[in-house]
Amino acid sequence: MLGRLSFADIPVDVPILVGTFLGVAIVGITVLGLITYYGKWGYLWKEWFTSVDHKRLAIMYVVVGLLALVRGFADAIMMRTQLALAYAGNPGYLPPHHYDQIFSAHGTIMIFFMAMVIMTALFNLIVPLQIGARDVAFPFLNNLSFWMTTVAFALINVSLFIGEFSQCGWLAYPPLSEAQFSPGVGVDYYIMAVQISGVGTLLTGVNFFVTIVKMRAPGMTWMKLPVFCWTALCACVLIMVAFPVLTVAVALLGLDRYFGMHFFTNDGGGNQMLYLDLIWAWGHPEVYILIIPAFGVFSEVVPTFSEKPLFGYATMVYATCAIMVLSFLVWVHHFFTMGAGADVNAFFGIMTMIISIPTGVKLFNWMFTMYKGRVEFHATMYWAIGFMITFSIGGMTGVMMAIPAADFVLHNSLFLIAHFHNVIIGGVYFGYVCGLNFWAPKALGFKFNEAWGKRAFWFWFVGFYFAFMPLYVLGFDGMTRRLNHYDNPNWYPWLLVAEFGAVLILFGIVCQVTQIYVSIRDRNLPENIDVTGDPWNARSLEWSTSSPPPPYNFAIIPHIHELDAFMHDKENGIDTRHAGGPYEPIHMPKNTAAGFFVGAFSFVFGFAMIWYIWWLAAIGLVGVFATVIARSANHDVDYYIPAEEVARIENEHSRKLMAQAAE
Amino acid sequence: MAHDTTTADAHADHGHHELPTVFGFWVYLMTDCIIFGSLFAVFAVLHNQFDGGPTGKELFEISGLALETALLLISSITYGFGMIAAHKGEIKSVMMWLAVTFLLGLGFVFLEVKEFAHMIAEGAGPDRSAFLSAFFTLVSTHGLHVSCGLIWIVTLIVQLAGTTAISERMMNKLTMLSLFWHFLDIVWICVFTYVYLASMI
Repeated sequence: MLGRLSFADIPVDVPILVGTFLGVAIVGITVLGLITYYGKWGYLWKEWFTSVDHKRLAIMYVVVGLLALVRGFADAIMMRTQLALAYAGNPGYLPPHHYDQIFSAHGTIMIFFMAMVIMTALFNLIVPLQIGARDVAFPFLNNLSFWMTTVAFALINVSLFIGEFSQCGWLAYPPLSEAQFSPGVGVDYYIMAVQISGVGTLLTGVNFFVTIVKMRAPGMTWMKLPVFCWTALCACVLIMVAFPVLTVAVALLGLDRYFGMHFFTNDGGGNQMLYLDLIWAWGHPEVYILIIPAFGVFSEVVPTFSEKPLFGYATMVYATCAIMVLSFLVWVHHFFTMGAGADVNAFFGIMTMIISIPTGVKLFNWMFTMYKGRVEFHATMYWAIGFMITFSIGGMTGVMMAIPAADFVLHNSLFLIAHFHNVIIGGVYFGYVCGLNFWAPKALGFKFNEAWGKRAFWFWFVGFYFAFMPLYVLGFDGMTRRLNHYDNPNWYPWLLVAEFGAVLILFGIVCQVTQIYVSIRDRNLPENIDVTGDPWNARSLEWSTSSPPPPYNFAIIPHIHELDAFMHDKENGIDTRHAGGPYEPIHMPKNTAAGFFVGAFSFVFGFAMIWYIWWLAAIGLVGVFATVIARSANHDVDYYIPAEEVARIENEHSRKLMAQAAE
Repeated sequence: MAHDTTTADAHADHGHHELPTVFGFWVYLMTDCIIFGSLFAVFAVLHNQFDGGPTGKELFEISGLALETALLLISSITYGFGMIAAHKGEIKSVMMWLAVTFLLGLGFVFLEVKEFAHMIAEGAGPDRSAFLSAFFTLVSTHGLHVSCGLIWIVTLIVQLAGTTAISERMMNKLTMLSLFWHFLDIVWICVFTYVYLASMI
C-alpha cells in the first residue's frame, strides 16, 4: 500500500534532523497561524498563488530563491564546520553518509533552486517591462513554471525528514548513482526534483524567448533591445537547447534504476561516459545560463550609476551571443582526465580559453562605461565592482584549468571548488543581488535600505575571499573535494580560515535579511518611497511606468525611437506614458488555479514514484492530465480593464508625479 | 528562425497583441526535437552493446513495421484533410477526419505494443542489454508521444462537438496538434530508417 515507505524511514534517531524539523515546524506553524489569524488565505490564493501577473510571480520566485539560499547555505556552513573539526582522528559531527547527502543537496539546491529561481525572478520582473509589453507570451504557463519549480524544491526538502537525499554529488554520476550502489530513495528524490523543476525551467525558456521575439514594443528593433533582454534571450536559447538533454540524461538514469535497464550500469553493455557527456552537454551551458543574465544586470546598473550610456552596446550584444554559442563547445573540459585523448582534450581546452575573449570584452566595456562617468557609489555599484574584481580572478583560474595538462593536477581538487564558487558567487550571486537591489523599487514601490546593503556586501565580499582563497591553496596541496575527514596537518589551518570566511558570509546573509526587514519597515519614509517610478534617473523602459507598475504595465504601449528608450524620451521632452490618454480598454489574462493544481499533482506523482507507491503515482499523473484538459476546455480565460479604470489609475499616478515635482 | 518574419514594427496595432501561440508551440516542438536527438545519439552509442543477447537483425520483422509505418504516414494525410476542412469551417468533416486519424494512430500504437510484448516474451526486454534499453526507450518515447496525441485528438473532438463555428482559439489548437502530429511522423521516419532498417542491413 505504501510501497517502500515505512516509519523506519523517518530519521528520528538523527538529532540534527530532529532539531531542524522542530525548527522548520515551529516557523512553519507560526507563519501559517499568522496567515490564518489575519485571514489572508483568500488574499494569497486570489492575488498571488493563482496570479498570472509576471511581476507578482517574480516576487514569489524571489521568496522561493531566498528560502533555497538559506537551506543551501545551512548545508555549506555545516560542511565547512565539519572540515574545521574532522582532523587527526576527530570524526567531526557529520558521519559520511550524512555528509555526502549534505554536499549533494547543497549543489543541487544552490544551482536549481537558488540561482535558477532568482534568475527567473529577474526575467519575470524585468523582461516584459523593458520591451514595453503588457505580460509574457504565455501567462498561464508562467504561473505553471513557478509551481513546478516550487513543488520540486518542496520535494527536496521533504527528503530531509522522510527518507534520505542522494549521496552521489549534485550530478549523480553513475555507476555510483545506479541501484546497485545506491539502492535507497536518495537518488530517486534527486531524479524527481530535477525532472519536475526541469519542466518549469523549459517552459520559462520557451515563454521568455517567444515574449522577446514577438512582443517588443513598436520600433524596438533588435539593436535597440536593452542588454538585459539580450542576455535573457541568449539564456532562454541555452535553456531550450540544453535542458532537454538534462531531461534525457536523468530520465535514462531513472530507467536504469526503475526498470533495470543498462544505459550506465557496469554490466549489460552500459556506458558511464555517455552519462558524463550528456550531463555536461547540459551542465556547461547551464553555468552560462546563470552568468549571462548576471552580465545583463551589470550592463543596466553600471551605466545608470555612471550617468553614461553603456560603452560598446553592439560589442556587448555580439559578445553575449558568442558566449552563447561557445558554451556548447567546451563540455569535455569537465573530464579531461577521463581518457578522451590528447587531440580531443586540446580542442576543448582551446575552445574554453577562447570564451575568455568575449568575457574580457564585456569587462572592459563596463570599465570604460565607468571611465569619465559620474560614478555614484550606491550599494548596487558595490556589488557590481566587487563582481568585476572577483569574477576576473575566477575567470583566470578557469583558464588555468582549461589547460588539460594542468587539469590533471587540479581535477576534482579543492582548486576546482574554489574556481567555480569564485565565478558563481562572484559572478552569478553578486549579479543577482545587484539586480534585486537595483529593481526592488520597481517591484515593491520602495527602495532597499542602503546601509544594510553595503554591510551585506562587505561581509559577502571579504567573507568570500576568506572562505575560498584557502581552497585554491588546498587544491595545490593535494586536497580533493568531498572529503569527510583528513589527517594532513598542512591542511588544517587553511580549513580554519575557510570556516572563518563562511561565518563572515553568514553575517552577510543576516545583513541581507535585515536589509529586507528594515526596508519593509521604513517603506513609507519619504526618502525610500518611489513616487515617480524612476528613482535612479535610469535609462530603460521599465522606469517609465509607476512603481509597482499597474497590472497592465503600460496604459499606452510606448513607441521606441532609440536604444535607452526612456532616457531618450526624457532628454527630448517626450512623455513616454502619453499621460492623459486617450485610453482604450486593455485585454488581460485572468488568474487561474490550473498551474497550482498541475504542480500539486506533480508533487504527488514525484513523491509516489520515489517511494514506489504506484497507485498514488497513477492518481498524480491522471490529475496532471485532467487539469490540463480542463484548462483547455475553459473559455473564461481573459477580461478587459475598462478605459475609465485605466484613466483613473493613470491620472492618480500623474497627480503623484506633479505633487512630487512641486516639492 | 524560419518563422521569424515579424519585426517589432509589424504589430503597430496599439495594445492588442496577437498571442503567438502557434509560434510558441513550434519552439517547444524544437526542444522536443532535442530530446529525440539525444535519444538517437544514445542509441548510436549503444547500438552494438548486445551483451551476448539478440541483435536487431534477429529481432525486427519488416512486415509488421511496414504496416505500422503505413498507418502513421496515412494518418498524417488524413489529419491534413481535417485541416483543410477546418479552414473551410466544416465542423462535422473536421471531426470525421480527426476520428479517422485517431483510429490510424491507435492502430499504430496497438502494433507497437504488440511488437514490444512479443519481444519481452522472447526474453528480449529493455533490461536484457544496453542496445535493447536504448531501442525500447527511443521507440517508446515516440510511442508515448503518439499516445498523448491520441488523447489530444479525443479532447479536441469532444470540444468541437456541439459547436457551430471554429473559434480562433480552436483553430490554434488544431494547428498545434497538426504540427505535433506531422512532427511525430518525421521522427518516425528517422526511427524507421536509422533504428530498424540500419539494424537489418
